[in-house]
Amino acid sequence: MDLYEGMPESVARAWERGLTSGRAATSRRRLLRAAALAAAGGTLAACGIPPASGSRGDGSARDPDHSRREKVLDFANWPLYIDVDDRNKKKRPTLDSFERESGIRVRYVEDINDNNEFYGKIKPQLAAGQDTGRDLICLSDWMAGRVIRQGWAQRLEPARMPHAVANLEDRFRTAAHDPGRQYSYPWAGTACIVAYNKKATGGKKVASVRQLLEDESLKGRISMLTEMTDTVGLTLLDMGVDPERFTDRDFDAALARIQRAVDRKQLRRFTGNDYMDELNSGDIAACLAWAGDVVQLRLDNPDIAFTVPDRGYLFGTDDLLVPAKARHRRNAEALIDHYYRPAVAAELAAWVNYICPVTGAQAEMAKTDKALAADPLVFPDASMIAKGKNFRPMSAGEQARYEEKFSQLIGA
Amino acid sequence: MTAVVPAAPPAAAGPEPDPPSARRTRRLTPYWLLLPAGLWLAVFFAAPLVYQASTSVQSGSLEEGFRVTWEFSHYTDALAAYGPHFLRSFAYAAIATALCLLIGYPLAYMTAFRAGRWRNLVLVAVIAPFFTSFLIRTLAWKTILSDGGPVVGALDALHVLDVTGALGLTGDTRLLATPLAVVCGLTYNFLPFMILPLYSSLERIDPTLHEAARDLYATPAATFRKVTFPLSLPGVVAGTLLTFIPASGDYINAQLLGSPAEQMIGNAIQKQFLNVLDYPAAAAMSFLLMALILIVVSVYLRKAGTEELV
Repeated sequence: MDLYEGMPESVARAWERGLTSGRAATSRRRLLRAAALAAAGGTLAACGIPPASGSRGDGSARDPDHSRREKVLDFANWPLYIDVDDRNKKKRPTLDSFERESGIRVRYVEDINDNNEFYGKIKPQLAAGQDTGRDLICLSDWMAGRVIRQGWAQRLEPARMPHAVANLEDRFRTAAHDPGRQYSYPWAGTACIVAYNKKATGGKKVASVRQLLEDESLKGRISMLTEMTDTVGLTLLDMGVDPERFTDRDFDAALARIQRAVDRKQLRRFTGNDYMDELNSGDIAACLAWAGDVVQLRLDNPDIAFTVPDRGYLFGTDDLLVPAKARHRRNAEALIDHYYRPAVAAELAAWVNYICPVTGAQAEMAKTDKALAADPLVFPDASMIAKGKNFRPMSAGEQARYEEKFSQLIGA
Repeated sequence: MTAVVPAAPPAAAGPEPDPPSARRTRRLTPYWLLLPAGLWLAVFFAAPLVYQASTSVQSGSLEEGFRVTWEFSHYTDALAAYGPHFLRSFAYAAIATALCLLIGYPLAYMTAFRAGRWRNLVLVAVIAPFFTSFLIRTLAWKTILSDGGPVVGALDALHVLDVTGALGLTGDTRLLATPLAVVCGLTYNFLPFMILPLYSSLERIDPTLHEAARDLYATPAATFRKVTFPLSLPGVVAGTLLTFIPASGDYINAQLLGSPAEQMIGNAIQKQFLNVLDYPAAAAMSFLLMALILIVVSVYLRKAGTEELV
């Protein structure tokens, strides 16, 4: 490494002077000081952060797989995102049936609470080309897209997942972040809609994002989500802009609109999943919410209601991925395939109440629970599907710019 | 940044000259004793600090990597964009520290001088909240202060909320998502850090000094002003530092009890690190926060007098 590389001009010059000028020209103290400065500069310069991308698992150079010998699978998922037995909360029927049939022991951990947070957690290992200790992770589509783009996801083998290939609903097959579904399969679909607490609104229906942002009677009692794509996406829809093809100007206009509501103190908070408690207690009268949460809340609290805005709702998926260097890709593929059997998918959907991406699950569900099989929040009908819009994929630079502006909004 | 290396005990000069080898061992002892703390500081304090300093002058993006380009504009940008957050953080932290002192001093005083056999029980009560996580305790405040809860109802009935509302501390008959809630949360969470040093310095005061003051016809108020309070100053200084410094960097209270208008600099740094993924800007903001705290604290210590800080 060149001695002068990364040094500021003045330090380099001092260094040079120290070396070239005669002993009389420079005192020992000055020389030492320059050396110390240069050493400090050198230390600082030596610590760059390497680019966040690895070698793309393109099939020819696959990460070694140990599935045949090690019948285990580490599966990281979000909390409350899998079915549990009504009597014994420790039992997860669909997972248990997988373990029985495959002989693979699943270590199921609910340690994903926020896409960004989880990404921050696994990024250092992925960047260093190490195993994260997780064979299967569940990330929202935009974050899954980032991981795939950076070459940190292993390509899945369709031949090992016959059910998944056959039963994935057609509309999920052409995902912008993973064309052809080479790296990811949806665990569930998510719909971001408007929810409200009838008791807190005084029986008033909250039907749109406009009403959230402008209705005086809701002042200080509405919340939006810290997930940028959901909050901005729904606001764009409300303005008549398609989040699948918006421009920088549209984005800024949407932010300005939310900013006005923040300035007027209309908005109480930007929340993660924690809006559920406050909506339940009525501290939040109306908010942006994820449909599956609302279905679950309604079971316990009949005051909770929701509206799918006329102008559309934000649709996304939470995708299963196998991170680079994970040891048990084939076991993970077996699990994905298991969850794409219609009967298993129906059992899962009956509990988590998110949009089911599996063909045939609705018919299975109808055998046990006719009402849920007809619920458009779990099995969307044609008109519901038409109203769902996805947030368009962003380039890395765009995403950083948008997140920067959005974080200023939610924290200013 | 306030890590203090424990002062090594000076090697006592024995009355008789020791053999040279024993003297050398004794001379080296303090350094051996310093070694664990020194290593700990080097690994967990100095090294991350250097790394952060380097990050703060890098530029690039996550996907292309960050390189050191001596990009000092992160600092000016951070000040320009997040100036209000810095000010707000220091204001909230200062108010919370003052409140902690007001609440903590009488409690520490009573515990040290009047609690008698209840003293240990009071101290346990002060520390007891630490048995639960910081996060859980703050979340509990959300339930206590909720809009339909008894606290808001009582304060509203007593028209306290009208007063605080007029002062701009609350709004629309609610406590959550207001500056008052954030400051109260900070006060609550950092109160023990104020009480314990206060207690330890008050407890060390020789009771005969109080008797002497009484013998010299000092009123109780004069005794407090001239004897007790000056002697407790080290505790006051230590307590205020232990409260102010973490409170100004805190982000949990603003996150859970505040609205977007109450976000502190800690929240902004967290968002930069985790959401925007702009590590250099986040590192620069952390450094700025550190520098500003150092300035505030050194001005304060200059005023309060460091020689009493033991």
